[in-house]
Amino acid sequence: MFKSAFTSLPFRLELRGTPSRRMTYLSPVIAIILTLFLGALLFIALGKDPIAGLKVFLVDPFSSKRAISELLLKSIPLILCALGLAVCFRASIWNIGAEGQFTVGALCAGAMLVWIDVPDHAVSGGVGLILMIIAGVVGGAFWASITALLRDKFNANEILVSLMLTYVAQLLLMYAVNGPLKDPNGMNFPQSKVFSSEFMLPTLMSGTRLHIGFAVTIVAAIVMAVFMMRSFRGFSLMVGGVAPHAARYAGFSSRNALWVSLLISGGFAGLAGAFEIAGPIGQLLPSVSPGYGFAAIIVAFIGRLHPIGAVFGGLIMSLLYLGGELAQSRLGLPSAITGVFQGMLLFLLLACDTLIDYRLRWKNQE
Amino acid sequence: MDQLAPLIAASINAGTPLLLAAMGLLINERAGVLNLGAEGMMLVAAIAGFAVGYTTKSPLLGFMAGALCGMLMATLFSWLALVLATNQVATGLALSIFGAGLSAFIGQRFVGLALPAQTTGIPGLNGIPFVGPAFFNQHWMAYVALLLCAAIAWFLYRTRAGLILRAVGESPESAHALGYSVRGIRFMALLFGGACCGLAGAYLSLVYTPMWVEGLVSGRGWIALALTAFATWRPARVLLGSLLFGGVTILQFYLQGIGVTIPSQILSMLPYVATIVVLAMISRNPDWIRLNMPASLGKPFRPGAS
Amino acid sequence: MTAPSSRLHIAHIRKAYPGVLANDDINLSVAPGEIHAVLGENGAGKSTLMKIIFGTVKPDAGEIYWNGELVHIANPQIARKLGIAMVFQHFSLFDTLTVAENIALGLDSDTDMQELIARIRQTGEKYGLELEPNRHVHTLSVGERQRVEIVRALLTNPQLLILDEPTSVLTPQAVEKLFVTLRKLADEGCSILYISHKLDEIRALCHSATVMRGGRVTGNCDPRNETSAGLSRMMIGDELVRLRRERNPESQRNERKLHINRLCLPKAHLFATELKDIECEVRAGEIVGIAGVSGNGQQELLAALSGEDQRAAPNMIMLTGSAVGHLAPNPRRAKGLGLVPEERLGRGAVPTLSLSANMLLSHQKVPYVKHGMIDFGYTRKIAASIIERFKVKASGPDALAKSLSGGNLQKFIVGREMERKPSVFIVAQPTWGVDVGAAAQIHAEILALKQEGCAVLVISEELDELFALCDRLHVIAKGQLSPSIPIEQATREQVGLWMSGLWNEDAPNAGAEAAHV
Repeated sequence: MFKSAFTSLPFRLELRGTPSRRMTYLSPVIAIILTLFLGALLFIALGKDPIAGLKVFLVDPFSSKRAISELLLKSIPLILCALGLAVCFRASIWNIGAEGQFTVGALCAGAMLVWIDVPDHAVSGGVGLILMIIAGVVGGAFWASITALLRDKFNANEILVSLMLTYVAQLLLMYAVNGPLKDPNGMNFPQSKVFSSEFMLPTLMSGTRLHIGFAVTIVAAIVMAVFMMRSFRGFSLMVGGVAPHAARYAGFSSRNALWVSLLISGGFAGLAGAFEIAGPIGQLLPSVSPGYGFAAIIVAFIGRLHPIGAVFGGLIMSLLYLGGELAQSRLGLPSAITGVFQGMLLFLLLACDTLIDYRLRWKNQE
Repeated sequence: MDQLAPLIAASINAGTPLLLAAMGLLINERAGVLNLGAEGMMLVAAIAGFAVGYTTKSPLLGFMAGALCGMLMATLFSWLALVLATNQVATGLALSIFGAGLSAFIGQRFVGLALPAQTTGIPGLNGIPFVGPAFFNQHWMAYVALLLCAAIAWFLYRTRAGLILRAVGESPESAHALGYSVRGIRFMALLFGGACCGLAGAYLSLVYTPMWVEGLVSGRGWIALALTAFATWRPARVLLGSLLFGGVTILQFYLQGIGVTIPSQILSMLPYVATIVVLAMISRNPDWIRLNMPASLGKPFRPGAS
Repeated sequence: MTAPSSRLHIAHIRKAYPGVLANDDINLSVAPGEIHAVLGENGAGKSTLMKIIFGTVKPDAGEIYWNGELVHIANPQIARKLGIAMVFQHFSLFDTLTVAENIALGLDSDTDMQELIARIRQTGEKYGLELEPNRHVHTLSVGERQRVEIVRALLTNPQLLILDEPTSVLTPQAVEKLFVTLRKLADEGCSILYISHKLDEIRALCHSATVMRGGRVTGNCDPRNETSAGLSRMMIGDELVRLRRERNPESQRNERKLHINRLCLPKAHLFATELKDIECEVRAGEIVGIAGVSGNGQQELLAALSGEDQRAAPNMIMLTGSAVGHLAPNPRRAKGLGLVPEERLGRGAVPTLSLSANMLLSHQKVPYVKHGMIDFGYTRKIAASIIERFKVKASGPDALAKSLSGGNLQKFIVGREMERKPSVFIVAQPTWGVDVGAAAQIHAEILALKQEGCAVLVISEELDELFALCDRLHVIAKGQLSPSIPIEQATREQVGLWMSGLWNEDAPNAGAEAAHV
């Protein structure tokens, strides 16, 4: 009965001889266009002018120097997390806990700052910044290493473990800002003190919040591109993800691949967290991320798991975030609309990706 | 001792949504499909159930709305994972992210609203000392869940359809060679799974915390996924596991209540940490996994590819 | 025209896949009680034709007549209802279910389990296919699993039984037993379609044969009246070239390059085979073979030799004089090991990578990799040279591994390993699924390696191949290795006996290593 449901579709999928390179690059573009189209329909359904809605998402974020700086600023955590996730996913290690690694990185960076940012601090601004960044990277890497350990020693599924750890990380942050790291002069609000400006990241674009973290991010993307595409290490990670038996035959250690990818991924997520604390947020709050770690998963896929692609994907996802915020103030729509768009984009991307391996054949042609 | 009966009752209450979701996921996974969208399905079903239940004042309609939403989302998943043979992990994640966004979006209007209290308990039985308040004072959906568990056990092991389902999960290639419609069977399994996750989500917003807040499900979808693995895909063990996890969820409140001085946020970590510990324990022995886990779990199946 | 006496008549069947015409204008007729062979080498289109008859695949054109009537076999259920049953080459079994459950799934209606169990026992006894219905399939040997497939087919009371390469998993003795069963079935009026490329078997069993090559029918005959040479001419257009294996009389005094020294290895996982006391040596300039039906420890032995399994004690495997049992693959390569694994796609090569990228699986040092960076120009250059030298049909070094045919990919992998100039060359199933031309070339290259002084170990399930290539032969059975015997003294019968593990009760030359020719 259900077989006929499938065969009665008006099209058929035919396996290609070799995957289409053109579609590999075209697929995200098609997916984005379709998402915008569905978005316009959504606006209509909600009683808003679709053109105005699309303008909020596509035009307004570029409308001023400040808007562009915000676009670039928001892309930093997305790109950084996606760089790390690209490594993991290529190795077929499904690290879904980037959000938790981000949170712990932010927590460690913030804790370091709480510790050194005291009235007669002995540590200078520059050194403090470096220490904070190291704390963030180590924190994120450590959080990811728990997942690695459990998969290495107990064969526990990394998807579920890293996800559970995300919830734990968020609770840990809540506990910290309600307890040990709470600002004593903060009127009992659950937050740490605001950090002194000398420990904040230097600005990149004057008059805006954009900091040098963006430059670091671009450099990181280039380094990762070289690592993954040209280095032997990167090659061996990728083989492990695509053909585990061949990797064993070649002598690539799967345990090695597991630890390297998770530590890199956690480190990047932790770095992103540190940048948020020493950048736009400036203190520790009960929540430090509007879901960057999850959005970065989508970014990695949009970017075809390639570091340079992650940069473009990060900018696009940043656009969606900004659009959501603007939609709230300018269209009166809940900012949660960003999540709807994100989900739609990923669905459409997955669907379009089918066309890389398969050709579409309309049945009335035969 | 008079603390024990309310504890048991609270554990059953907390375990019911896990039981419902895990039963649906069990059927999915027995057919070889890994649907990581459980969390998203439960979220959307929760808000849909609440919205319908609030506006129609009928919890029953709310539950039906929840189940329907679950099935709709499962259909979306099937379209991608079965027809287009996309990566099941990524597709499930997409479903969860989408569900989180959609539920938050729709739920904005319903934050803070309250539902009227519903009747609980089986009249007559709930009067029995100790056993009554402990076991027979639940919302009717909890007993439906129990019946569902028994029905699934019978289905899997005593019917031909159940045998076919298990075969499809073990080796879709062999099932296909024998002429069974692997994708058709998996689609039905996904629909059923969606309906169950839908009921679970609706239970959370209609019965457990009868109101809507963003992120109401708080990871229970993921816990249910772990639960199915922990229970080695057997219905009786899922029942036991959901009770245990329900108990762990309740434990934090109990400990706070008796004055344990651990901060509340740390106590709230208990269910998640317990899940991790359980996952580590059961995954340790690969032979045991091979014998119990549906061998094709998570791998896309393309008929005619070979 | 439909032959009225035929049970099955196929006319002008055609089936195309992207890039290949699998079946081109196929005609075939089978009478009741006839054992009809479909003969052809790998890739001739036999399996596709059988899938069409059984309903798993739909033909692009052509008709099928069953007992004189035109039928459309849209799916296996319809085929079963007509009375067609098939035993696949790759079994359609469910490991974690019992024999009875597996058989129930192959039947169309809900049957009472107790009744089914009784019928399984009855059928088993009647045809010599004994089975224990309540055992789980994963505990069965390969031969027993085939019995489950056959009993499942027989319980549908077929009028036509299709067997696809049934003897590749059987010892010579088990093959004889199978033939007795099949003759009995044919005598009862059941038609049998027997797919194979094994000429001796077809001549022994079948009443008639249709020969296929490159998707078409190239001949019909009565194999009982033909010689193997005649059949092979129909099958590949030429006679099978007899390889000239020159035995080097000095080889037994040469350096011992590979010594498997009482290797013991417990099971790595549930479905594995334990290795017990494996003793084997290969000297420079000789080819040693290990025969055996699949599932008797070959995979485990190969993993221990390649370094994918590092649990052996160091001196259980000696490679050019060094103890390597505990080492990973690359240290072993450094000591002169070249290894071609059984699975081409997925182990020997990464399907989605180019041939030049696949070089890096076993070439990982300078000049392929410098300072941690890959020199893609160099890998491409060497890949191109291998393609040329081994006449690999591929669009170039950038062709994806999965775009090559089985034979061509195997040639590339063999070439890649030989590029290492190994002192020890180990190859498993060198010509499985490979067309005859490529197989001959691969055999020639292996012989050439031996002439250059390499020590070669061949693990194979094809006795013909081993008899053609090897100087000495072992047999592996249930994780244990027989002593070796010089190939001139080996017979198929003896090897068949040894495949059941019975080498200790054998003739006096068992255990004696011939020191001279």
